[in-house]
Amino acid sequence: MPSDRTSQRSNMTDMACLIEPMIPALRRYARGLLRDRAAADDLVQDCLERAITHWSRRRQDSDPRAWVFTILHNLAMTRVRRQASRPQPVDLAAVEDWVPVPPAQEDGLRYRALVQTLSQLPEDQRAVLLLVGIEDLSYAAAAEVLGIPIGTVMSRLSRARERLSRTIDRNDSSQPGQSPNHSPHHSPGQPLLRRVK
Amino acid sequence: MISRPISEDDLNAYVDERLDPRRQAEVAAYLDAHPEVAQRIAGFARDRAMLRSVLLPIGDEPVPPELNLMRLVEARRRSAIRFRQWAMAASVALLVGLGGATGWTLRGMSDAGQQEGIASLAREATDSFAVFGSDRMRPVELHAADAAQLTAWASARLGRPVGVPDLSAAGYRFMGGRLVATEHGPAVMFVYDDDHGTRLVLLTRSMTVDRDMPMREQARDGINGFAWAAKGMGYCLVGRADPLVLHPIANAVRRQMSGNA
Repeated sequence: MPSDRTSQRSNMTDMACLIEPMIPALRRYARGLLRDRAAADDLVQDCLERAITHWSRRRQDSDPRAWVFTILHNLAMTRVRRQASRPQPVDLAAVEDWVPVPPAQEDGLRYRALVQTLSQLPEDQRAVLLLVGIEDLSYAAAAEVLGIPIGTVMSRLSRARERLSRTIDRNDSSQPGQSPNHSPHHSPGQPLLRRVK
Repeated sequence: MISRPISEDDLNAYVDERLDPRRQAEVAAYLDAHPEVAQRIAGFARDRAMLRSVLLPIGDEPVPPELNLMRLVEARRRSAIRFRQWAMAASVALLVGLGGATGWTLRGMSDAGQQEGIASLAREATDSFAVFGSDRMRPVELHAADAAQLTAWASARLGRPVGVPDLSAAGYRFMGGRLVATEHGPAVMFVYDDDHGTRLVLLTRSMTVDRDMPMREQARDGINGFAWAAKGMGYCLVGRADPLVLHPIANAVRRQMSGNA
């Protein structure tokens, strides 16, 4: 059945065109969740194998990006649960290794505190923060990936941001002397990027 | 006009720039009037921007070869073609069978069709596990202490350097191993156990069919396994552990084995 095979081939090409550009983001999300470079890439490989195998079986109306992220997220959560049931010694070197070294600038300490706090957030909060804040998924897509209502996405997002901010502020209070910085132009669509102290 | 009250959701959507322009303006006006809230939201935005500056660059890293999509698709396509060939052979066998053979022949033929490549490796690994996994007398011929002798022996018989993967991070200790016979030549079996008597078997042999295959899950008689092949060597990790437990261990083996090659 040549026509069948041709359509299968073009289906594969569609799939490759849609999935391939996502790979860097998938690696980033996996690494953010697992905080382990090699484990994250293993997870992405599994995810891609599954996506290839099940591509033709996905719901046609679903957003392909949300679909692939869902596969990855579920694999990650399986792994996280397994690790929780079998605690392992924390490899400090690996923890430090999962993100590029914070730039050596005056904000270096703050970066470090931020990454550390992110690492310590509960998985469900970190997942929302990464999907929405880093991968730019819509709230609806994030809800689909996580299998929760949008309202829950919003409350987790809020809690995650609150916690991040509070922890870092505590950290910050040890380095006073930052001049108050009133941003003169915060137009709509351009949120304030500096903390007003 | 009285606008809807500003909610926490609005504030977060403001930080993410997901509001429509009118609502965005309303939130901005609200923040102007409420400095404490504005300060908190400015903190959210700042943290968001900093996180992006740290994490977004991960996406610029070159993608490693294991994650090359075309390679994965190709491996999958080859296995699909083989399946189609097998299905055709099986349907011929079915016709022959209907032509007068007994039901036994039929079953034998269709079974035989599945016994190729990685499926057969998985079957061999399951068989080895069934025999040696529960053996309390002498599950291994050479113990972990003789690992060097074992790997030298295995490497000589498999014609390829074979290393012992370290699964201690997953809580499994290397017990030892032996050579086992398969229809497809010698295979080396490594046995692991945790401290509670739960064993895992890793079977490795060279492959003529399915020389490169993505990882596959399989299960028979309560024995679960993951099999894959890389560069002409086939690997299958089996045990009674839950597939959710086995899978990451198989990933670790695959990673270590690809590091050796």
